[in-house]
Amino acid sequence: MSPSQPATDDAADLPRHLLGLEGVSAGTINRVLEEAQGFRALLEKADKKTDALKGRTIINLFFEASTRTRTSFELAGKRLSADVINISASASSLQKGETWLDTVRTLEAMTPDALVIRHPDSGAPHLAARALDSHCAVINGGDGPHEHPTQALLDVLTIQHHKGPIDGLKVAIVGDAAHSRVARSQIHALHTLGAAEIRLVGPKTLMPAEAAPALGVQVFHNADAGLKGVDVIIMLRMQMERIRGAAVPSQREYFRLYGLDPARVERAADDVLVMHPGPMNRGVEIASEVADGPYSVILPQVTNGLAIRMAVLNLLARQRQSAGPA
Amino acid sequence: MRTVIQGGRVIDPANGVDSVADVYIAEGRIQAVGETPPDLRADETIDAAGCIVCPGLVDMHVHLREPGQEWKEDITSGSRAAAAGGVTSVACMANTRPVNDRRSVTEQIKATATSVGLARIHPIGAVTCDLAGEALTEMNELYSAGCVAFSDDGRPVPDAGVMRQALEYAATFGYLLILHEEEPTLSDGGAMNEGAHATRMGLGGIPNASEDVMIARDLILAELTGSRIHIAHVATAGGVDLIREAQARGLAVTGEAAPHHLFLTDANVGAFDSHAKMAPPLRSLADREAVRGAVADGTLTAIATDHAPHEADAKNEVFACCANGVTGLETLLGLTLKLVDESVLDLATALDRVTRGPAAVLGLDAGRLGVGDVADVCILDPNARWQVDPAGLHSRSVNTPFTGWELRGRVERTLLGGRAVFPFAQEPTGG
Repeated sequence: MSPSQPATDDAADLPRHLLGLEGVSAGTINRVLEEAQGFRALLEKADKKTDALKGRTIINLFFEASTRTRTSFELAGKRLSADVINISASASSLQKGETWLDTVRTLEAMTPDALVIRHPDSGAPHLAARALDSHCAVINGGDGPHEHPTQALLDVLTIQHHKGPIDGLKVAIVGDAAHSRVARSQIHALHTLGAAEIRLVGPKTLMPAEAAPALGVQVFHNADAGLKGVDVIIMLRMQMERIRGAAVPSQREYFRLYGLDPARVERAADDVLVMHPGPMNRGVEIASEVADGPYSVILPQVTNGLAIRMAVLNLLARQRQSAGPA
Repeated sequence: MRTVIQGGRVIDPANGVDSVADVYIAEGRIQAVGETPPDLRADETIDAAGCIVCPGLVDMHVHLREPGQEWKEDITSGSRAAAAGGVTSVACMANTRPVNDRRSVTEQIKATATSVGLARIHPIGAVTCDLAGEALTEMNELYSAGCVAFSDDGRPVPDAGVMRQALEYAATFGYLLILHEEEPTLSDGGAMNEGAHATRMGLGGIPNASEDVMIARDLILAELTGSRIHIAHVATAGGVDLIREAQARGLAVTGEAAPHHLFLTDANVGAFDSHAKMAPPLRSLADREAVRGAVADGTLTAIATDHAPHEADAKNEVFACCANGVTGLETLLGLTLKLVDESVLDLATALDRVTRGPAAVLGLDAGRLGVGDVADVCILDPNARWQVDPAGLHSRSVNTPFTGWELRGRVERTLLGGRAVFPFAQEPTGG
């Protein structure tokens, strides 16, 4: 997960941080998925709490607005009986002139066991991880357009739950891949777990440069062609606030060309899975009939997100113990 | 003071000299090379056996940061870095605080440099006031105060009409404009070279077109106005082609390459390494090879460092927000010789690109060892290897991407007007 600490296939040898999924081994990913399976079962019980992280502290440090990821991490931490603190950039001392890295160090001095960081710039969790001296784990909660590893892990868990092994599946990711940290993490995870084909579908203005060689994907500019025969369709949010200038002429034209409506779903395999990391723009990238339709697993994704974040926190927030007496 | 440098291999590209010879210096100038002058009583004899004796290096693209950002570098620390690197002539960019867009700043830089006395500092004046790209500076007055060229380096003039006027006004007096070529609307939001690595890292990409479009514009405007231009830190294959083609048409355009663009590529960004962030960005391997080819064939006649010191905090930020630039004065010689080791350049051409080449672009009385020339000399041991270690460098800032590189060629002595300026008589206290 951290480039300086390459993951190994020995599942017991977990990396200290979860900074991204590029280069993370199948062994490590499977370890997280197995752990999450266990928590999924727990979430179906009346008493959803364990004391696995009792006495541990998790800080959610969000330098960018987020509702679902922050809530998911918060609830995951609480279900594990950790003390959870949420800090959003507007409430921090950033406005008093402190650098965000000083905020990280200040919080580190309060001896948390895990720091979940979301930041609008790529590489921020890496920089934070390098700045830390303690046992504290850094978990990337989404950094710029770089990675969003827990989102991709929950997507993989969802796909596995409905389709079995990822090995051999064809997956289409539709939309604003250029600005999507979700897409990058998904692509890394799906490749590592043996997906047969990953397609990126969208106009050239929303494609990352050299996408095919850089990410090992097939690029389609025609949605009907790109969706033909795929087992999974992942719709990306049109991140309107990220689009600079003139990437897409109008929402209307975008939906006509790339929006997922029932006719386009028909192009895919019979038992296709429709996914969306949320939050959705109904009528912009996905029709309500599809979002709420029989192939959609958009809400189960959210539930799985809780299980994944419990798994990640449970595996990474207990390193003080494994590193020796506190 | 009379000095003789004995037994060294004298390489003086400007005069086509490459032979073992003694160099006689008197009154700060070269008195003879090879032939023993009639009056040869030397006060000092330097044994240069096994060493190369070449003109002091000329670095035509340096940010000395004084006035205004002395915590990054000042004229003293920058001059020390130059002397330690065998560099005797330094052209310093105008993006100081305040900007070098008025006589008082030029004079301050010149006066401080003279009192420091470790290198010849040649200020470059701004093209537009405060680098704002709008009103022209008083170029004639700046020139008379000591500016050797004009540049809005780092802040390219976005308005083509203003650039046309700037070129035309400069051409009135025959002044040189040094151009940092970047179309801001194409670079906007970018942090590194657009390509596969930027895609994987989720970093905004800067396309080659950002540089190429601006080079094309300025070549066309230079042709329109009949002015001399010099393209700074050329980093793209397309830029090289444009310059080469313009030279073939007879345009008075020259260009330089920076060592980092000659050795590194966008892959060196790795996992957000801020020492690989600069403008223009590190490009692809194909671009690097094209720039190397251009230095070899003389399309680009200068290797210039774009020495851009920054304190650690300025680099300890997320990649998109951290400062642009790397230091270079103390690694210029070693990296230039590395181009010889990698068969990019022969030794004479390599030394030409850091002596005669840049001196000719700026019209400096420097970069050569002919009889009567100013005795700015670099004596180096070409076989001594050293490892780049920030702790051993003299610049106030240590933002080099070459830490840990083993380089060949150690500066044994630097002479400025016949006077030894390196090794330093004593290290300053307090570092």
